[in-house]
Amino acid sequence: MNEVVSVQDLTFSYGSTEVLSHVSFRVERANYVALTGPNGAGKTTLIKVLLGLTDGYQGAVKLFGQDRKAFTEWGRIGYLPQRVNVFNPLFPATVREVVGLGLLSQKRFPKTFKKEDRATILATLDLMGIVDLKDKLVGDLSGGQQQRVFLARALVSQPELLILDEPSTALDPQSREGFFDLLQELNQNRNLTIILITHDTAQIGQYAHELLYLDKTVIFHGNFADFCASEEMGLYFGQYAHHVICHQHP
Amino acid sequence: MDLFQFLGYSFIQRAYLAGAFVAALCAMLGLFLVLRRLSLIGDGLAHVSFGAIALGLAFGVYPFYVAIPVVLIASYFILKLTERAKIYGDAAIGVVSSLGIAGGVLLASLSNGFNVDLFSYLFGNILAISDQEVYLSLGLCLVVLAVILALYQDLFSATFDGEYAKVTGIKMERINLVLTSLTALTVVLAIKVVGIMLASALLILPAVTALQIAKGFRGAMVVAVLVSITSVFVGVTASFFLDLPAGATIVMCNIVLFAIVLIIKKVNLGVSK
Repeated sequence: MNEVVSVQDLTFSYGSTEVLSHVSFRVERANYVALTGPNGAGKTTLIKVLLGLTDGYQGAVKLFGQDRKAFTEWGRIGYLPQRVNVFNPLFPATVREVVGLGLLSQKRFPKTFKKEDRATILATLDLMGIVDLKDKLVGDLSGGQQQRVFLARALVSQPELLILDEPSTALDPQSREGFFDLLQELNQNRNLTIILITHDTAQIGQYAHELLYLDKTVIFHGNFADFCASEEMGLYFGQYAHHVICHQHP
Repeated sequence: MDLFQFLGYSFIQRAYLAGAFVAALCAMLGLFLVLRRLSLIGDGLAHVSFGAIALGLAFGVYPFYVAIPVVLIASYFILKLTERAKIYGDAAIGVVSSLGIAGGVLLASLSNGFNVDLFSYLFGNILAISDQEVYLSLGLCLVVLAVILALYQDLFSATFDGEYAKVTGIKMERINLVLTSLTALTVVLAIKVVGIMLASALLILPAVTALQIAKGFRGAMVVAVLVSITSVFVGVTASFFLDLPAGATIVMCNIVLFAIVLIIKKVNLGVSK
């Protein structure tokens, strides 16, 4: 089974306002998809539908071939939310405690951590290069370090799909580059499928394999070569933005 | 009077035992509530218990037998008002708490004769706790403690990041219901220790003290429990020897510990700069 995500004719409304309209796309295993579009295009809503945070949609959504409404294997999906939205810097949680939360999707009642779980947490911190921070409070870390902690939380269950919502927000340019390099490494070496919401169109082409441009419905979904060759997209984005994205693509 | 003689009094032993258990519970739950910015739910539910205790006294039923279900139902209403009616949590607490107080005052005025009893619940008196109340407190404490320990990871996850908790399959509505129900039971227990007026202090003060020095969530919980139990032991002892009201003395001990921790933290920060 190579199909990780399948969305067919998805429509979603908040009250009378339609946010997603007849959205259809598929994501194959080990693909790296940049999900972009203007504010209010429905990107975050789409992610919420995929992650089971929102119900009441029309259409068919499948994760790893299973209907999303019946899907229970959440450990196969890692999620990195926008850091600024979720994090209370005064919360007294250590790096180790926060990363451990990513294992709860695989636990049954009563949820306790065994020796091997603690080893998995340490191994993930090691992979992220932050093992020496394991007993630090997350609130005491820099923005780049915090982002790595939340990425470790998303990866500790060894997911097959990683969904990221604007991960580069609040990162300085150096941290941002290191962060995207790490994602690329995970994608290439571990066949991790990645769906990344971003407004950072100038950097998209450097990393992702595919571009999914959403504006309530799918405007474009394909690889960068097709995107760059498309006159229609040039008109849609404006020549300058189209050029910037294509120019960044290696 | 020497210490051994003091410790030999059965009412002191009952006060220490019930007080320590209730204090530990309040500290553990208080940490979740403070971090979720639900500190005032304890105050609101204590106000509801005022009405429930008045109801019990009016009908000649042991007040806690009325207070426990009524406060549990009130906690459910607060939750549903927040979730369904889209009312902010603090406003929902205000709505339910004012209903409790208004109901209690009306019942007290309509049923002349139990005002003295009712007002004794306002300030509590752990030194007057009966054997039956100790057993009831210990039984409920053990139930609440078992639930907290069994759901510790889910409660922690829901408190740290509710959206992420949902992504990991945690049912947030269920966890919120558990947390508010446990809080309701704990508030009723805390009323016997410090009274209606100060019940929320037992939830808030140990947690905010622990948050000043905590080096992790589990550590914060341990510190909060230690602070809370210490305050009960010192407060009960001091209230006996200084002839002071026990509830208020326990709360003052909590405040003194908070102030000491705050000063030590400031001094340490000053030194490290």
